[in-house]
Amino acid sequence: MDYTIKIGGEAGQGIQTIGDTLGLVFARSGYHVFTHQDYESRVRGGHNVFQIRFSDHPVMASKDRVDIIVALDRESIVNYEKELTEYGQIIYDSMSLKKKHERQQFLDIPFVKLAVEHGGSKIMANTVAVGAVMGMIGMELEMLLAILKDTFKKKGEEVIRQNAAAAMAGHDYAVKQCIKCSFAAAPLAKPKMLIAGNDAIGLGAVASGCKFYSAYPMTPSTGIMNYIAGKETAYGIIVEQAEDEIAAINMALGASFAGVRAMTGTSGGGFALMVEGLSLAAMTETPVVIALAQRPGPATGLPTRTEQGELQFALHAAHGEFPRVIFAPGTPEQAFYLTNKAFDLAEKYQIPVIILTDQYLADSQWTYEGFDTGRLKYTDYRLRGDAFRNLSDYKRHAFTDDGVSPLAVPGDAKHVVVTDSDEHDEEGHIIEDAGTRVKMAEKRMSRKLPDIIKEIEPPHYYGDPEAEVVLAGWGSTFGVMKEAVGLLSSGRKTAMLHFSELYPLPATDRFDYLRILKAAKIGICIENNLTGQFARLFRAETGYEFTHQINRYDGRPFTLEYLTGEMDARIGRL
Amino acid sequence: MPALEDYKGGIPAWCPGCGNFNILNTFKEAVVELGMEPHQFTVVSGIGQAAKFPHYLKCNTFNGLHGRSLPVATGLKLANHEMTVVAVTGDGDCYGEGGNHLLHAIRRNIGVKLFVHDNQIYGLTKGQASPTSMEGIKTKNQPLGVFSEQLNPMTLAIALDCSFVARGFAGDAAHLKGLMKEAMKQEGFSLVDILQPCVTFNKINTFEWYRQRVYHLEPEYNPEDRVEAFRRSLEWGDRIPLGVLFRNNRPAYEKRISIIEDSPLVRHAFDISKVEAALKEFY
Repeated sequence: MDYTIKIGGEAGQGIQTIGDTLGLVFARSGYHVFTHQDYESRVRGGHNVFQIRFSDHPVMASKDRVDIIVALDRESIVNYEKELTEYGQIIYDSMSLKKKHERQQFLDIPFVKLAVEHGGSKIMANTVAVGAVMGMIGMELEMLLAILKDTFKKKGEEVIRQNAAAAMAGHDYAVKQCIKCSFAAAPLAKPKMLIAGNDAIGLGAVASGCKFYSAYPMTPSTGIMNYIAGKETAYGIIVEQAEDEIAAINMALGASFAGVRAMTGTSGGGFALMVEGLSLAAMTETPVVIALAQRPGPATGLPTRTEQGELQFALHAAHGEFPRVIFAPGTPEQAFYLTNKAFDLAEKYQIPVIILTDQYLADSQWTYEGFDTGRLKYTDYRLRGDAFRNLSDYKRHAFTDDGVSPLAVPGDAKHVVVTDSDEHDEEGHIIEDAGTRVKMAEKRMSRKLPDIIKEIEPPHYYGDPEAEVVLAGWGSTFGVMKEAVGLLSSGRKTAMLHFSELYPLPATDRFDYLRILKAAKIGICIENNLTGQFARLFRAETGYEFTHQINRYDGRPFTLEYLTGEMDARIGRL
Repeated sequence: MPALEDYKGGIPAWCPGCGNFNILNTFKEAVVELGMEPHQFTVVSGIGQAAKFPHYLKCNTFNGLHGRSLPVATGLKLANHEMTVVAVTGDGDCYGEGGNHLLHAIRRNIGVKLFVHDNQIYGLTKGQASPTSMEGIKTKNQPLGVFSEQLNPMTLAIALDCSFVARGFAGDAAHLKGLMKEAMKQEGFSLVDILQPCVTFNKINTFEWYRQRVYHLEPEYNPEDRVEAFRRSLEWGDRIPLGVLFRNNRPAYEKRISIIEDSPLVRHAFDISKVEAALKEFY
């Protein structure tokens, strides 16, 4: 069983509600779920899509072929009818769409009429649709009824009852009328966790002791701020909506200087404004974590779409020379653990750490058995309280063997904590002399870097140990690459290398990924950008040049069929 | 009790005769009289001659970027509201490069004390017009004279209902000290604009120029009357008022955040066991 449901409609029609509810039903039923969203930059109207794939085996990418289309507007029918699988069905409400389709793949369900008759209001049309989808795939309604109870808890018993009646009406209608429905849901299993990339980063921050998050809203990063703001009271976190991204990063640095773990998040345009602050973090050696959720540029670009166009920007952003770490999680699970690692490294080495995601990962939901808090690391590297008070002398930027100076909490002792964006001495005061400059530059960069590189884990390798064809990528292409390897392995020996701990590039002493690439006949770099930014970085750092590159830059994510199709076209059927 | 010697810092790189020396010495006296010790407050500064201020003192210091002292100060204050946070900037730093941050720091009413060394000229970059330069003044970069309207920080701050708005003069140390102390005691955001002659690049707004014009607000002046404050703040030219132009009792931003009611954020311990509850919400 491996079904894809596509919900299409105008912004404001509730496709998100239908999608979220179905995703939750499937996850709680124990299925593996993958959802992704494709939406326009508008609050009302336009045309948006929520796509859900669910299966009894792990799924981690979207497909182009769709089994059920829930069409809330005419555009959904025009655009996606051709994507239907052989036994696929389109459900729609001919009264709302003011058009009737007689072909056998169409099932006309009066969402609004059923909602009014059974639920008492047309608002419940979406609940009718959810019930109908469940009826089509032969699922019982218990799980949905429990979710409706949770969702409408605050609105009272009557609203819950009305929604339940609406869901049942949709369900029963579909069971009776969908003669062509041949879908069969697998038996239920243990409930799974369903989480999107942005929420995973927010959760990772909360779970890492982040106490301060300042940001300016910008798609697709805003979800991180929304999540953390929702945890403000329960977890004692201050979320500050800054007047601009310049303020956002500077506030985070102020909070970090004061002694708390701090983070900011944005997309490319906002990150452009943060760049000077990034340099300030480096010079003052103030820890900070920055989430950079990419969308297609330049300038405003396609604000709600996806691209991996800012790797080179993240690598080179900010004036001056300093160490940085860049993570590019490929899944919500990686996003969760890497956010934790980002905080650990930022605090340990007093450096900026960037978490590079994109709209596709930010808004995609995955299912998991669960996350293990035992794998989280929390070490307070700061000098506080008595430990600080008991020092006879303190210099914020003292020279040490490993370049890391004690990071004290100002106010905890009589010693003062001084730092400066100007080049400074060990105490943190402004200087001009060449000798101190050299020592400080080396302390910040050369002394820290060898230890930082040791922290970087090797890339994820999946597939044949002696692969002839190696797919390489970073960030959100993880899922589609992994599924593609599974599909292609029956032909040639295929494997993938996925870099989520992206920069510094992992050393090859623990796992020699270069040897694997060099041994393969074909090394294909897969990127959601035009110019192959990772391929360029990789060649610059290692000398290895990929034999092929597959790039998608239409603002849409790679789907399984798209990627395998491109591979066929480039290197012949595998 | 702290003494002046406790505040000894580096040797200032300012021009001889600069108004900043008076401001520095006055500030030291003010904090000594307030009984504040060097580790109990942080000076956040940006870039410019004024921004070097904390290096010539002894105190916690974050000398950041041009124009960005207020966001850093805001983050710092939110993370540790027991710390006194002072932002020391200049007219270019605060009213030019950092103008947007000033608007929003006043709106928030964050408990930061902002002291602006206002010399109506860019000193560090050697003599260009600043937002407070008077219309018509000629500089190397404005050879035809300044066309823009002079920014009036007092009027601006009163319009935004800033909780403490005052103007001092570097040539009137005793009066300035009083303003600094009052600003430090104010709960919310305080703005003290300090007229500070630049002896090198501003040959018009000299000590003498100011001395002929400044006057102290009369004792019966009511700084809580916003309309009168607005009217008085417009005075510039022949007569320039010094003193607390406006004040109110708006609660400080940090006082409105319930999670830091009992203790500053920086003292909150992290309890990883609470994370399980957040995880459960995803099932």
